[in-house]
Amino acid sequence: MVNQPLVIMEGIEKSFPGVHALNQCRLELRAGEVHALVGENGAGKSTMMKILTGVYRKDAGRIVYKGQEVDIPNTKAAQQIGIGMIHQELNLMPHLTVAQNIYIGREPRRKFRLLLNEKALEEKVRELFRTMNLDLDPRAKVSDLTVAKQQMVEIAKALSFRSEVLIMDEPTAALTTSEIEELFRMIEQLKASGVGVVYISHRMDELKRITDRITVMRDGCYIDTVNTAEVSVDRIISMMVGREIYHSVERTAIGDSAETVLEVRGLNRGKAVRDVGFHLKKGEILGFAGLMGAGRTEVARAIFGADRIDSGEILIRGKRVSIRSPYDAVKHGIGYLSEDRKRFGLLVDMDVQSNVAIASYGKFRRLGWMKRDAIESSAEQVVDALKVKTPNVSQKVKFLSGGNQQKVVIGKWLTKDSDILIFDEPTRGIDVGAKGEIYKLLEELAEQGKSIIMISSELPEILRMSHRVIVMCEGRITGQLTREEADQEKIMKFATSRTG
Amino acid sequence: MKVALTNKKQIQIKSGVLQQLLAFASLIVLVLVFTLSSDNFFRFDNLMGILLSTAVIGVLALGSTFVIVTGGIDLAVGTVMTFSSVMTGVIITFWNLPIPFGIAGGIATGAACGLISGLAVAKMKIPPFIATLAMMMITKGLSLVISGTKPIYFDEPHAADFSKISLGSVTKWLIGVEIPNAVLIFFGLAIVAGLLLTKTIVGRYNFALGSNEEATRLSGVNVNLWKIVIYTITGAFAGIAGILMASRLNSAQPALGTGYELEAIAAVVIGGTSLSGGQGTILGTVIGALIMSVLTNGLRILSVPQEWQTVIIGLVVIGAVYADILRRRKA
Repeated sequence: MVNQPLVIMEGIEKSFPGVHALNQCRLELRAGEVHALVGENGAGKSTMMKILTGVYRKDAGRIVYKGQEVDIPNTKAAQQIGIGMIHQELNLMPHLTVAQNIYIGREPRRKFRLLLNEKALEEKVRELFRTMNLDLDPRAKVSDLTVAKQQMVEIAKALSFRSEVLIMDEPTAALTTSEIEELFRMIEQLKASGVGVVYISHRMDELKRITDRITVMRDGCYIDTVNTAEVSVDRIISMMVGREIYHSVERTAIGDSAETVLEVRGLNRGKAVRDVGFHLKKGEILGFAGLMGAGRTEVARAIFGADRIDSGEILIRGKRVSIRSPYDAVKHGIGYLSEDRKRFGLLVDMDVQSNVAIASYGKFRRLGWMKRDAIESSAEQVVDALKVKTPNVSQKVKFLSGGNQQKVVIGKWLTKDSDILIFDEPTRGIDVGAKGEIYKLLEELAEQGKSIIMISSELPEILRMSHRVIVMCEGRITGQLTREEADQEKIMKFATSRTG
Repeated sequence: MKVALTNKKQIQIKSGVLQQLLAFASLIVLVLVFTLSSDNFFRFDNLMGILLSTAVIGVLALGSTFVIVTGGIDLAVGTVMTFSSVMTGVIITFWNLPIPFGIAGGIATGAACGLISGLAVAKMKIPPFIATLAMMMITKGLSLVISGTKPIYFDEPHAADFSKISLGSVTKWLIGVEIPNAVLIFFGLAIVAGLLLTKTIVGRYNFALGSNEEATRLSGVNVNLWKIVIYTITGAFAGIAGILMASRLNSAQPALGTGYELEAIAAVVIGGTSLSGGQGTILGTVIGALIMSVLTNGLRILSVPQEWQTVIIGLVVIGAVYADILRRRKA
């Protein structure tokens, strides 16, 4: 039993109209192991997992679960045999309590199955939390919990089905360092109890820490499975991309003589933004570091006019400007790329050219008529320049990968010719290969004289990209560092220097 | 890989064409069924009657398509139509002004109502359902107040030609075929609406708002302004519908209009426009409006009682939307 793998997927084939998504793919998961599944976006990881969880049906191949070949026709079947998945976007109902969420659809009831038995429900959840060593109130409303706690609720929900296989898709994407530790403790515990965990992530340091084995996929093909301890990060990355990834060059700081493009003074917005002031020079990449919830996104949204500010001044090239809406901000040459592309950045049901042109119809119209040819040729130029992988500019954005979608959003602001670009977590949910391309692009933009604010929760990203680093904590700027001064320890110190 | 992607695109194009064909095919099937069931159906005057009865609801539906594509709704179009016709009556009959003033006044009334709904939705952030429900009640009441609850007839000598707006026929004079003007105006407006929705900046923002309003706002688009513009367009179409209606009845009937908005919405939905926004075509709306009036007319010719006609149209709405959902699920 110990040596028998929990799950074997082999010879898995899956095609979608016009795309051969999986070609003879395999995955072997043992009980009590954390198994990383890595590969660039579009490599086939999620298709593979969707087959295992019954979202898609395989075209060919077999799945052996606990020694028996099984058929998984739908998600319910997967749940019943004990295969659970924690999605990147959590699927909880925010207005219900923790307990109500965990037993949704399976509520304990009283006589005649008419009335809900809230007490029994709560007791069941308490018992579940006891076995998980999880300290959480079953009666708490989900919307009041942090993302990390919500994730724990998802894990508890999966375990309440007696899951023996747990698939986690980018579980740390929205977590702070301490929350990640909490998650890792939970994963260790799951491991000890014999659960097999499939761990999908782009963060190499995490893979090295938490996983036992790694399976690499590329372009819908199985590449290799290796023991984590025996392989270097560079080796994993080169297996994933099959090519060298971009490494940044040393850059010198922006001189004092450079023009100050943007200056912010005394910016306040509720408790999220408190007395924030800084400046941004032409051609500079200014990194905004800090923990989740430090107020960086709120600063960006305030500057961009997306949220009302309580007080503060914004100066562009030394002149005070009034920014009351994104419309004003865009007029002043500011572009904002949200961390949540699908919600705040893209028109996913519309095509590439409409997305690229959406901020720039001022120049793409004549008396209200769209200049279609101009839009198309301009979009084609942007697609070429940014190397967006799309068959043509009439492709709907929802069919593109995360990295290419991000390029489309960048393309929107390049088309608008904005000089000040605010990137909020520019590489979130983007695979390693595309990350390199985005970094290179940011550097090129800065060299061309664009000024960039880059908010990032990944310290290596901050250190690699920024000319200067601003650190925020609880709505305030707690530290400023030059490229030379900045290192992980200093940034973390400022990021946690709560002033109370 | 390149070949594979090209294939995918071809498939998408095919499914788009299929959608248009499907709605059109159901219309043809309906016409065939009624033609075979009754000798009275496929006759020139009956077909013109169908088109004439489509015109008013059709124009309302064209206007409604705009707000519905943004993901909004306008419940006021029916009573705004009535209010506009009453205002036209006031201008022509009460104030004794020439017909063109009445027409301009009617359209302006509709547009003004749309503008106010738009302001309520965009600036006051009142949900479209509520804002336009209120506008529906306001215009319904105002129509009755201004007209003194009595119909306003266009029987002054200078208004003698007013009924020709709908019922006259330019084509009879031009090519000898008698197609009522209302029908020509409907098709003309369909072309205008189609151009607006696909070729102009308004149309593009229309789809952008329906697709993702917040992303559109964060792209620096003045979403409030464009929402107001779109509700105003819808109102203007209701104003035109009001003039067509008044001309056809040669009177402004202040008690009419309630319920028209729902028929217009039904036509839009049968035509494949999604109530959640971001998707829709004018051609679909035209076909949807035609399906509704062909059904009504055909069932009447087959002597199906009025009450049952309504039941059947209700079922058709469900069927059409379900077919659309099935198709999308496959795609």
